[in-house]
Amino acid sequence: MNLSRKWLTEFVDLPLAEIDDRSFAEAMTVSGSKVEVTEDLSAHLKNVVVGRVLTMERHPDSDHMWVLQLDAGRAAPVQIVTGAWNVHEGDLVPAALDGALLPTGAEIRAGTLRGVRSEGMLCSLKELNLTTHDYPYAEIHAAAVLGDYHPLDKAKPSIPADIAPGDKIFGSVLAASVTSLRRGADGDTWDLDLSLSGRSVTASTRCSNLHPGDLVALDTRTNHVCKLSDLRAEQKEFPHCIPDGIFILREDARPGDDIAALTGNDDHVVEFEITPNRPDCLCMIGLAREAAVTFHKPLLLHTPVVKAEAGGDIRDLTKVVVEEPSLCRRYTARMVKNVRIGPSPAWMRERIRNAGMRPINNLVDITNYVMMEYGQPMHAFDFSCVSGGEIRVRCARPGETIQTLDGTDRALTETMLCICDTEKPVGVAGVMGGANSEIVGDTAMVLFESANFDGVSIRRTATALGMRTDASSRYEKGLDPENTYAAVQRACELVELLGCGEVVEGVIDVYPAGRRETVLQLEPEKINALLGTDIDVPTMTAILRELGFTVEGETVRVPSWRGDVEHYSDLAEEVARFYGYNEIPTRFTGAISTCGGFTPEQLCERKIGEICRGIGLDEIITYSFISPTYYDKICLPADSPLRDSLRILNPLGEDTSIMRTTILPSMLEILTRNYNYRNPAARLYEIGRTYHKREDGLADEPKTVSLGAYGPDMDFFTLKGWVEELLDGLDTAKPRFKAETSNPSYHPGRCATVWIGDRCVGTLGQIHPRVMRNYSVDAEFYCAQLSFEALFEARGGVPVFKPLPKYPAVTRDIAVICDLTIPAGEMEETILAAGGERLIDCTVFDVYTGTHIVQGKKSVAFSLTMRDENQTLTDEHAEEVVRSVLQALKEKYGAEMR
Amino acid sequence: MKELLQKLHDAAMQAILETEDVDSLESLRVKYLGKKGELTSILRQMGRLSAEERPAMGQLANQLRAEIEQTLETRRAALNEARLEMKLLQETVDVTLPGKKQPQGHKHPMYNVLDQIKDIFIGMGFEIVDGPEVELSDYNFTKLNIDEGHPSREWTDTFYFTGDSRICLRTQTSPMQIHAMETRPLPIRMIAPGRVYRKDEVDATHSPMFHQIEGMVIDKGVTMSDLKATLNLVVEKIYGKGTVTRFRPHHFPFTEPSCELDIQCHKCGGRGCPTCKGEGWIEVLGAGMVHPKVLAGCGIDPDVYSGWAFGMGLERLAMGEYKITDLRLIFENDVRFLEQF
Repeated sequence: MNLSRKWLTEFVDLPLAEIDDRSFAEAMTVSGSKVEVTEDLSAHLKNVVVGRVLTMERHPDSDHMWVLQLDAGRAAPVQIVTGAWNVHEGDLVPAALDGALLPTGAEIRAGTLRGVRSEGMLCSLKELNLTTHDYPYAEIHAAAVLGDYHPLDKAKPSIPADIAPGDKIFGSVLAASVTSLRRGADGDTWDLDLSLSGRSVTASTRCSNLHPGDLVALDTRTNHVCKLSDLRAEQKEFPHCIPDGIFILREDARPGDDIAALTGNDDHVVEFEITPNRPDCLCMIGLAREAAVTFHKPLLLHTPVVKAEAGGDIRDLTKVVVEEPSLCRRYTARMVKNVRIGPSPAWMRERIRNAGMRPINNLVDITNYVMMEYGQPMHAFDFSCVSGGEIRVRCARPGETIQTLDGTDRALTETMLCICDTEKPVGVAGVMGGANSEIVGDTAMVLFESANFDGVSIRRTATALGMRTDASSRYEKGLDPENTYAAVQRACELVELLGCGEVVEGVIDVYPAGRRETVLQLEPEKINALLGTDIDVPTMTAILRELGFTVEGETVRVPSWRGDVEHYSDLAEEVARFYGYNEIPTRFTGAISTCGGFTPEQLCERKIGEICRGIGLDEIITYSFISPTYYDKICLPADSPLRDSLRILNPLGEDTSIMRTTILPSMLEILTRNYNYRNPAARLYEIGRTYHKREDGLADEPKTVSLGAYGPDMDFFTLKGWVEELLDGLDTAKPRFKAETSNPSYHPGRCATVWIGDRCVGTLGQIHPRVMRNYSVDAEFYCAQLSFEALFEARGGVPVFKPLPKYPAVTRDIAVICDLTIPAGEMEETILAAGGERLIDCTVFDVYTGTHIVQGKKSVAFSLTMRDENQTLTDEHAEEVVRSVLQALKEKYGAEMR
Repeated sequence: MKELLQKLHDAAMQAILETEDVDSLESLRVKYLGKKGELTSILRQMGRLSAEERPAMGQLANQLRAEIEQTLETRRAALNEARLEMKLLQETVDVTLPGKKQPQGHKHPMYNVLDQIKDIFIGMGFEIVDGPEVELSDYNFTKLNIDEGHPSREWTDTFYFTGDSRICLRTQTSPMQIHAMETRPLPIRMIAPGRVYRKDEVDATHSPMFHQIEGMVIDKGVTMSDLKATLNLVVEKIYGKGTVTRFRPHHFPFTEPSCELDIQCHKCGGRGCPTCKGEGWIEVLGAGMVHPKVLAGCGIDPDVYSGWAFGMGLERLAMGEYKITDLRLIFENDVRFLEQF
């Protein structure tokens, strides 16, 4: 919402000179109307003044430039060189003098143009950031000046270079010389005296690029001065005869006046971010009310007065039927006859422009002006286009279409509320009018609509049609139905003020349910209890009254535009806003009555993260949703229960359409990305959730510890070492690793499941080459997934101190030969079981196959550590342990000492 | 005899001083001073001396022995010192060669910030609670005073799992307020960080999945004053002592009164600069008093208990903390990014 500070002063006495933008913005922001930016429009338009052209002469050294002497309100005339041709002696023009700043960002400096001094530059509309919408009279037409003719083919000119007045160009079109010219009475035309080889004629033209001595093409049959199009000429044949030039002012201005002030650019615009609960602040009056309370100034409101001198009564001319009272709470209408379409006055165009819209014509500008002033969207129908002379507010029928004002054909659906005549829709309610009832130049009768529509319905229609308009974005926030009447009155008042039509007697006002007033109880102690303040009742009452609330005793009547206020806590906010949020004391009023702290699960999760980072893994965060194709990529069988994912019905895209049931694809995706970025190695971990369907439609969301890596030092045992370190760090019981040959995502010979007791806590291994092919990666990835919940359950408790050993340990290394297929881990378990109490550790330190070992056999070497709590072990004791170990290995595996 | 002793002394001294080797010092000691050494053999001739001469000669012999021993020791120490010097010289390394590093992993920058915030609240007696991401619309919206028809409930904004819009991916961590109020004993002081989801296309500032931290206090006599005091403290912990804050009115359906907390731009001190987009202030979080209707909806009597709540975006906080310029980096997980933190 853009607010013009100049316009604001009409409602609140807050002149720019008194309160600068910064203080204004700060005060408004802390009272609840957040200011995004403020802009001084004149900051981009400096030292451009009104100049009157005193004399003009052709540039001595140029075929297209003029040298002007300008009265710019200075002691002496100012000389300016211009290339524009639409300037004449006596014209008022915008002159950018030395040091001027233009909205385009250009800085103007005095200089010399082909040897002639120029003290500045004359400006076009565009250079002042204006258009002909802002100044319709500034439209420029250009005649074809024969002196500017540049043939496309120099050898074959269409017009001879030596053409003279009276010479024929084609048909009845002859060359004619301009002898003198005067501006016509209407200001838009020029009266020309022309000579055609001795013969004199007069002609009238809208072209403003002519000067005495110019040779033009005159159609002698119609006395029409030809434009380029009449000669079927291209622009490059007449490079200086362009429909562009200097903005010739027709304003009540004197030489030396500031152009910024003249064009309304002496304004400051404040852009607000209005929260969706405050649609009443999306207009001048709403913001003015907030400003008035913020600065403790009176709010100056005006009640529109309509003379309605057209005679007749609207109720005799039309009828409004609301078929959907739940979607249209109120429909107010007035009629205007004898409409005269034209530009609106400068003050209105200025305000419309400074509020961020474009002036169109008086009628359309009035509807926009009222919307900006009152916050009530308005629409004007050409009543002659309303078949049956009746307005019906109903939902569209199947198959109905409408062409909206933007020229697009729209298919309507049965949920879309429309404004219709007896046959067809003439507008999409609250969104955009129809082209079939658009206000055009010859519109004579206008019906003003000022209605209240259901916000949700309007929003859905606007979204479905893909056209969010100024009107729909206001309606969708829920507007005040009480506002429609004042708005339509204001529109009619403006019609009379601008003299662009005659208002018909009477108002149609369909308001079936009538006003619903919210009445609340003023409970000061509750308000103070919520805020932690000690604000007295008179202060509260004064704030509420200034905001338009009626307070009588303990009864508070909420003004109709404050649909957001429906509870004592809302009143508390109103009081707090103007008492000042920053005035509320900052102190702890309640005692801290909770202990707080991390839960065991949270501590365990932190610990896991610490261990992972200690190992050297970097933490990643991945999306919870994945593509269903990822299950194919990790070679999950078609009947895998993991494929039964929660599916998002309205995903952003296939890639983020299902909730992952396994975290593996997320890790593979990140490893692949790092690999593709040519990072030589990556070692990553994540503690993330997976999502599993539950009977009630919701999900179980367990956490998984996911490890993943690739790089020069990676192999299965590095990964396994990490898992062992992790379990060690959590002080779990000793894990067992079982070969896992059937997990389709993993290498069948390099995959294991991890067991603690009889619970499987996870899987680790090298990713299957087939999966790697699916990811188009020519490397080995190693991943592990461990259930957080299982790790948490398996974690050790508080460690209990064990006395340090008093007697030294004895080690013995043994090597046995056994079948190749016997897992070393299993042999270890056998050894530990057979070694008795004195055997405290057993570690494999070598596995050997090859020379000296029979095919199908291997040599496995174990290091045994023995100790006794009560004595130093002798060789004899050690041999005893070794003997029983060897005995067990022989019995169980047929293993022989090497 | 005196000459003999003097000669022996001079020879021994010379030999000792000329020796460059610690080991030969020992053989010199044996040669001159040992039991079968030269001094001993000279002293054996003492018997031939007169009784008057003997004591003087004995004294001289002892003196010379002491001198030789002294010199031996000095020389030994000097040679040992030289040997050590030599060794040290040989062992000298190029200290500019790279060290042998133990790989150190890195916490994700966003979780760095999250852990920092968790620690702040834990220190103030809060608990951390966790809850479902696949959520009932009832919890994500309705019980938070966000009625049917609210724009945020549209399928263009929220991800849904059921055609009747009953189950969604939570769009905010605020449903954790409801879960906490419904299940936890009073009083409550909790924060609930977690993932939230909105239908936003990925760009430099948007992601369909991002993180929020919810916080809530429910107790008797809790006021907006407490809210301000607590959040001011938190903001000082995050942004440093002396950080200037501003509370300004805002709107959330489930708090009333509602506010946003801004901090004065640390870069320009509030004058306005590109960091704060010229405003002088940077928005940090949204907060407010838990709406009495929401309390009542969770079975808590708003006439007895009151509460305040806040919510803040984690990504933006982390991006501000580490000057990360593009949100996509956070979820891209490039190790060259991760290893910077």
